[in-house]
Amino acid sequence: MRYAMAIDTKKCVGCSDCVVACQTENNVPLGYARDWIREINQGVYPHLHMEIRSERCNHCDNSPCVRSCPTGASHYEEGGIVKVTKNKCIGCSACIVSCPYDARYIHPDGYVDKCTFCDHRLKKGELPACVSVCPTKCMYFGDLDNPESEISQLLNKRLHKVLIPEAGTGPRVYFLH
Amino acid sequence: MTTNRRDFIKISALGTAGLIWGIWNTRAGALAGMAEKAAGSPGWLSPADMKITPTYCEICFWKCAGWVHKNDRDEIWKITGNAKDPNCDGRFCPRGTGGVGMYHDGDRLKTPLIRTEERGMQTFREASWDEALQYIADKLAQIKAEHGPECTALFTHGSGGKYFTRLLKGYGSDNVAAPSYAQCRGPREVAFYATFGMGLDSPENTDIRDTRCLVLIGSHLGENMHNGQVQEMSDAIDKGATIITVDPRYSTAASKSKYWLPIKPATDLALLLAWMHVIIKEERYDKAYVEQYTYGFEQLKAHVEPFTPEWAYGITTLHPQVIRETAREMAAAAPAVIVHPGRHVTWYGDDTQRLRAVAILNALLGAWGRRGGFYMVESPEVPAPELPPFPVPTRNWRMALKGKYALADLALANGLCDATIPTPDLDCSIKGWIVNGTNLMETLPDRANTIKAIQNLDLMVVVDTMPMEITGWADVVLPECTYLERYDALRDTHHRVPVIALRMPAAEPKYDSKPAYWMARELSKKMNLLQYFPFETMEEELDHELQQMGTSLKEMQQIGVKVFDKQSPLYFAEGEEVTFDTPTGKIELYSTYFADAGFDPMPVYTPHPEPPEGFYRLNYGRAPMHTFSRTVNNPNLHDLMEENTLWVNPKTAKLHDLTNGQQVWLENQDGIISSFPIKVRITERIRWDSVYMVHGFGNNSAKLSRAHGRGASDTELVTRVMMDPIMGGTGMRGNFVTFRTSGREEVQS
Repeated sequence: MRYAMAIDTKKCVGCSDCVVACQTENNVPLGYARDWIREINQGVYPHLHMEIRSERCNHCDNSPCVRSCPTGASHYEEGGIVKVTKNKCIGCSACIVSCPYDARYIHPDGYVDKCTFCDHRLKKGELPACVSVCPTKCMYFGDLDNPESEISQLLNKRLHKVLIPEAGTGPRVYFLH
Repeated sequence: MTTNRRDFIKISALGTAGLIWGIWNTRAGALAGMAEKAAGSPGWLSPADMKITPTYCEICFWKCAGWVHKNDRDEIWKITGNAKDPNCDGRFCPRGTGGVGMYHDGDRLKTPLIRTEERGMQTFREASWDEALQYIADKLAQIKAEHGPECTALFTHGSGGKYFTRLLKGYGSDNVAAPSYAQCRGPREVAFYATFGMGLDSPENTDIRDTRCLVLIGSHLGENMHNGQVQEMSDAIDKGATIITVDPRYSTAASKSKYWLPIKPATDLALLLAWMHVIIKEERYDKAYVEQYTYGFEQLKAHVEPFTPEWAYGITTLHPQVIRETAREMAAAAPAVIVHPGRHVTWYGDDTQRLRAVAILNALLGAWGRRGGFYMVESPEVPAPELPPFPVPTRNWRMALKGKYALADLALANGLCDATIPTPDLDCSIKGWIVNGTNLMETLPDRANTIKAIQNLDLMVVVDTMPMEITGWADVVLPECTYLERYDALRDTHHRVPVIALRMPAAEPKYDSKPAYWMARELSKKMNLLQYFPFETMEEELDHELQQMGTSLKEMQQIGVKVFDKQSPLYFAEGEEVTFDTPTGKIELYSTYFADAGFDPMPVYTPHPEPPEGFYRLNYGRAPMHTFSRTVNNPNLHDLMEENTLWVNPKTAKLHDLTNGQQVWLENQDGIISSFPIKVRITERIRWDSVYMVHGFGNNSAKLSRAHGRGASDTELVTRVMMDPIMGGTGMRGNFVTFRTSGREEVQS
């Protein structure tokens, strides 16, 4: 089992529903977010191109955050989900500095927090909150080890990329374009 | 309880062959419900016993049905979509998902308030409900005695308006206006009615899901988050549909488009005429459809003959080849093509004619009544409460217009506002306003005019959940509980299928807030109008209606949404005889309705004023996470977007020495300066001749702790209003602004 997410940038309109759905689902305090929208504009009027991306922790295969964590709070779980054990975390921020995606933040209660791929929902057979709410249905989630899964099929047939591949972290959030 | 019940629901199918009636015999169910109630057991559930409760969203008019979930502490936790609801397909938009913030917002109105000082100052004392309602009833009685009941008006947006409308009609006035008409979609309704014999309403009957070509003209789906349409646009992208976007701004939709036409602002009608020219000249229109269903093709053909793409080039700045290519693209996709009517279309005062051009283009392409074009809707008819007849007013809003705007089919909010300012030839200037859920300071153009009107009132009541700026001008403020804390009338929706949805409370009202139904009914007691509110509670009224529709309140509490079978086809059959509700019974390319009323029967392009040197056209629009000023203080939605920015092209920024993130005040052509500064966003996504901001920000109410003074308000800069002579729409895109590094004198001191 290898969980992954794919986001179709042809469909994403950057509405931020994924952000607010994550905040309410996971009781993320206001002013903080586990996912966010990025808009990249290129060109000169009227020859323009824009890519909109819903971004979050990439749950990397080779996660610098897990490697840099001095207490073992950052760890891999089933399916390759990168998680933080709250009561092992000392809030030292080593993981925050090591993450090339700036995917982590210090929760006001003192521990580091981040996207969990909504593993509490996965256990109930539900999709992550962001995927389930997206009005453009631009987000796909599934098992890369299963060649029949929708996400495997999509990645087979569509052009895609990962962010900052040169960091060598093996990200598992893909962007279709 | 009255016994005069109707045991059926009516399904109306406009567009095919008039009206079709579907009848369900639900007598048994209705009787069972009656018996149960007679035994003293209503049978419905209490929110306190439910972990999830059904609702439909109140953050915008789309009214998606969903579920409110409570956490382990039985507090409202999150809201998700109802998978059975075609409006949302189980997915809420960010505003709906963030709706919880409306409930949790600590700035909410908490008790009834009565004004203690001059209007506009937000100085009030707390009052009991009894005192506040008695104050209103006494004033309304006084207005009735001195001026007549017709001198009272209701401005409304949202679900609670239904009950105040009932109250006002019972009292003797039908001056009920929603700014969503003359400040938003009115021109489009009149134009489509004139052409096809029916308007579009909400949700629009655009078959985006199955379209092969979607044409957006100034309509920014994706930024305007009308849920079902955004979802279907995404489906259309998946299926490889062509999107053509016409916008001076590189909108989100433009970035998804095969063709983006960066048109010079205010010239859209020239493009539409040129498209018609190409489609007719190259004989790319749907000949059989035009022959069978339309009236006035020969007149139209002669009318658009001079409007070549070369003619339009000089006006729109769009290359003739692009105009031809896009016209051919539409024709190739026809009839699965939608030239989208848009929604907020009150731009330049000739908006009804521009929307007529949109309607005609759709007719030429044979899109109306066709798969991938416009489908034919059917509404579930919710039985109306059996009420005594309303008194017939001797005067109404139409008289206040003094013969102008002849084709307006709904009251004009701006017209009622103007009718409040006494003039020598007006025999009844309006003396009392009830304002329900609409922040008129932001929704009506020309704020100074609105204030002038308010200062002439004997009574101003505002019903709202939040201390919006308009509440500061009230004599009495009534705190409404949020949609998460109340029942409301059923949502009845015409979609591809007829649907009803229930809203019930997930929690008790916070503070001393109350549902609008309760307020209107309590007022009716004090005004001797209780006969218009036969049911003591909303639950009873709902159950009474639902029993007649073959369901019950209890069932709806568990399913939230009920879908009925559609009785009539979605699309016209091949060669089907169709009679349209127009004077000729045909789709009118040449409008006899307009001609008879003295208006151009076919759209004519007229140039609009251009910005003076150093000024830029002020364009405004929506952000996906906000609905106007109504959501800007919502903690969850504020967190997604705290303020608006002013989009400025780099060339313009260079001319005015502006830097990214710099705060500027704006001054318009009439010397009006914005109350608050706005941050400059230098971006290639906007034309050099215009600037853009998201509407709804720059709130003046200091009681909105998050939203106050954040960003700037476009409304206060819209002082030049271009009136639509046909239906009274307020064209608001003819205002020009320049940049200032300092604010108004009084703001600085």
